[in-house]
Amino acid sequence: MDIFLQQLINGLVLGSVYALVALGYTMVYGILELINFAHGEITMMGAMVSLAVIGALALAAPGLPGGVILLAGLAVAIPVCMALGMLIERVAYRPLRNAPRLAPLITAIGVSIILQNIAMLIWGKQYIPFPPILPQGRHDILGATISDTQIAILVLAVLIMLALILVVQKTRLGRAMRATAQSRQVASLMGVDVNRVIASTFIIGSALAAIAGVMVSAYYGLAHYYMGFLLGLKAFSAAVLGGIGNLGGAMLGGLLLGLIESFGAGYIGDLTGGFLGSHYQDVFAFFVLIAVLVFRPQGLLGARVVERA
Amino acid sequence: MLNSSLLRSRWFSFGLLALGLALLPFLIDAGLGRSWVRLLDLALLYVVLALGLNIVVGYAGLLDLGYVAFYALGAYVYAWLASPHFGLHLPFWAILPLGAALAGLFGVLLGAPTLRLRGDYLAIVTLGFGEIIRIFMNNLNAPFNLTNGPQGINLIDPVQFGGASLSQPLSVFGYTFSGAHLTYYFFLVLVMAVIFISMRLENSRIGRAWVAIREDEIAAAATGINTRNLKLLAFAMGATFGGLAGGLFASFQGFISPESFNLMESIMILCMIVLGGMGHIPGVIFGALLLTLLPEALRYTGDWQRSLFGQIYIDPADLRMLLFGIALVAVMLYRPAGLIPSARRRQEFADAKA
Amino acid sequence: MSALLTVNGVSKAFGGLQALSDITLSVNTGEIFGLIGPNGAGKTTLFNTLTGLYTTDRGEIHLDQTRLDNRPPHRVLKAGLARTFQNIRLFAEMTALENVLVGRHARTKSGVIGAVLRLPATRHEEADSHDRAHALLQRVGIAQHANRLAKNLSYGDQRRLEIARALATEPSLLALDEPAAGMNPAERSALRELLLQLQADGLTLLLIEHDVKLVMGLCTRLAVLDYGVKIAEGTPDVVSRDPKVIAAYLGDESI
Repeated sequence: MDIFLQQLINGLVLGSVYALVALGYTMVYGILELINFAHGEITMMGAMVSLAVIGALALAAPGLPGGVILLAGLAVAIPVCMALGMLIERVAYRPLRNAPRLAPLITAIGVSIILQNIAMLIWGKQYIPFPPILPQGRHDILGATISDTQIAILVLAVLIMLALILVVQKTRLGRAMRATAQSRQVASLMGVDVNRVIASTFIIGSALAAIAGVMVSAYYGLAHYYMGFLLGLKAFSAAVLGGIGNLGGAMLGGLLLGLIESFGAGYIGDLTGGFLGSHYQDVFAFFVLIAVLVFRPQGLLGARVVERA
Repeated sequence: MLNSSLLRSRWFSFGLLALGLALLPFLIDAGLGRSWVRLLDLALLYVVLALGLNIVVGYAGLLDLGYVAFYALGAYVYAWLASPHFGLHLPFWAILPLGAALAGLFGVLLGAPTLRLRGDYLAIVTLGFGEIIRIFMNNLNAPFNLTNGPQGINLIDPVQFGGASLSQPLSVFGYTFSGAHLTYYFFLVLVMAVIFISMRLENSRIGRAWVAIREDEIAAAATGINTRNLKLLAFAMGATFGGLAGGLFASFQGFISPESFNLMESIMILCMIVLGGMGHIPGVIFGALLLTLLPEALRYTGDWQRSLFGQIYIDPADLRMLLFGIALVAVMLYRPAGLIPSARRRQEFADAKA
Repeated sequence: MSALLTVNGVSKAFGGLQALSDITLSVNTGEIFGLIGPNGAGKTTLFNTLTGLYTTDRGEIHLDQTRLDNRPPHRVLKAGLARTFQNIRLFAEMTALENVLVGRHARTKSGVIGAVLRLPATRHEEADSHDRAHALLQRVGIAQHANRLAKNLSYGDQRRLEIARALATEPSLLALDEPAAGMNPAERSALRELLLQLQADGLTLLLIEHDVKLVMGLCTRLAVLDYGVKIAEGTPDVVSRDPKVIAAYLGDESI
């Protein structure tokens, strides 16, 4: 029972981070039908930038409370990622909006390689530890433990997702985004500045990615220039699982994927009679992705789109 | 009269090309050193890989980011059957075709579930396949030691003809050919074969059907093309070349590990095609040669840095991937048909601009 | 007159939208059969179900003795039903000649081995395909553009190329989705001549067309669709006087 509950907690925390990153994929896909391959790298940049700030502050002002240092890290990482997201859209995607589909996908791969290597040149190839600035409290629930960091991640993720739903459903920008997702042409005829809406989508997605990056590095206690690749791939799988283009789907898909990974890694040894161990954790996301695409390509919450002949 | 002189000039240039290719390793050996001959061997290997992926991406338009999986399969098959790992030492002429055929079979198996997917989804799924295979390579040392895990497999047999091994110098009529030179000729023959097959396929019923699928899958189906079978055929052909290259790689290096088959390798092969000119054989060959030789040339930037600044600020090896990334973006933005586009694509872009 | 194509009680729904309800019609060998109706009546949907791009919910489709419904498009084509598309779907980056050569795919056999070794059978087949393709380009009147990319042809020439590609598949029934759309009067009359010639050669034609004059002049018989229902069928004369047809086109229920 306690192992089950522990995996449930771990899965939910991990899943809420996946959900935040997945939202970035799904928003861009909803509007541009483009897989923003570089999104995982933006998450990595968020983690690296915030860690650089946090590390510097923790050294320079050891007396500062952990929460303040963390906020300072976020305050730098979020705008940096927003600017990055906007820049990538402007330079690598916008000129290719009417090109064959393969073209923006290839520039996207190019951009992720560039970001990875810039990060490597700046911060090196080694793992960067997250300084012990956060409260290390642990709480017992029915035999399982949950740490302060985990609670903070869960609460923050839920709050951000609620805020995002409010923005998309209630604001002018949100309405313009939904209209653009329906039809770029019609929206622009109705006076929506489509370029601005698309840029805003990238900016919002990148802000979420920055926060998720900080969460991941706080959760695992480290960051690395290559961390964005796998994280991005998993988050994309989550978005597809939920139904790409669907905000609720990204959240659901993220949580489910977190749970699948956590339970999968926890029980794979028993299930295969010890043949496969928990180091196979990373393959679950891919199997989920492939299974979904083959059996239910519209995802859990996506509507089936009839291909126009 | 005109005809025969035309024929003569064609044979003449052909002969010149053959002579040039035959002398190339000696020129390079004399001018740049032995290590560059080995690099040339590696470049030929990448030509095989790039031409294989070109069938999948360039002709059929299926963006396959897991291509390296087939390369890995070919390499591991070779290593299993010709190394002390299982104590087997079968001859190369048995293993290379076997590895290529197995890779082709896997191409079909992995391709089958992805057939209904559109371009960008396909890219992600094949990428997932590539990663899954890598994870298994890294972990299948237990409970049964298949891959020897991250340590990889060592002491793989070189290709041997009769008593001559491609890793040993060979004396012919008093002249000694180095292993790198012999490998070059062996690889060159295979590259020629692969180029020949690619060219023949391109201008055939099959090649046209692939391009038709790339251009408009629905119209292709409505024009009588069995899109499912032809996509699988493209996956199989591409994977076969990948498997062949893998076997060659294992025999050439004598050592393989999962590290040689990561995602970056897939992306690099894709880069070769994109930079050179997708679907255009000379472009793809150029791209493969360029991207194999360029990183080596980049090493000189280390010397420049040292002479300019007194120390090395950026490790040239690290610079390589960064430049690849920039090149990918720049080529897509400014020369979407590649550095050496086919005459047809050139015309098309000229038309688009007019 | 024997029926070449029989459509028996075919229905197709997209979600809640009933795009085709219980369509029954038959096209006789050698005739030019017109399919007309207001926008959104289900004409193209019917084409897509006939040619295997959509599955049917109910009903049967036969071409001669071969059952076509819910068969993949390439099987439908092999059975002898070829089509063109309303929004021209050529292989844009292939030449006109290559587009027609792709049309030969279903009627040729060469595989990888034949292509690589250029076996005599393959060489023979290729030469034959090239001859036929050139002849077809000639026939639709764009032989001079054989080596131009399909995307660079004029709109009218693209339509003609699409017809040539369809003809290359040696169909017994050719289904044309608005072949005259976007053509000028001269091109229209050339198209009309071409279609009559094809009929004279024994080909059966199924035609979606908006140009009433063209339809009335060309077609042996017509069927009229409205909201996915067949509301009339018969000779152009009879159909044009049918009150339901007039109502559908004028949108007036009271007539």
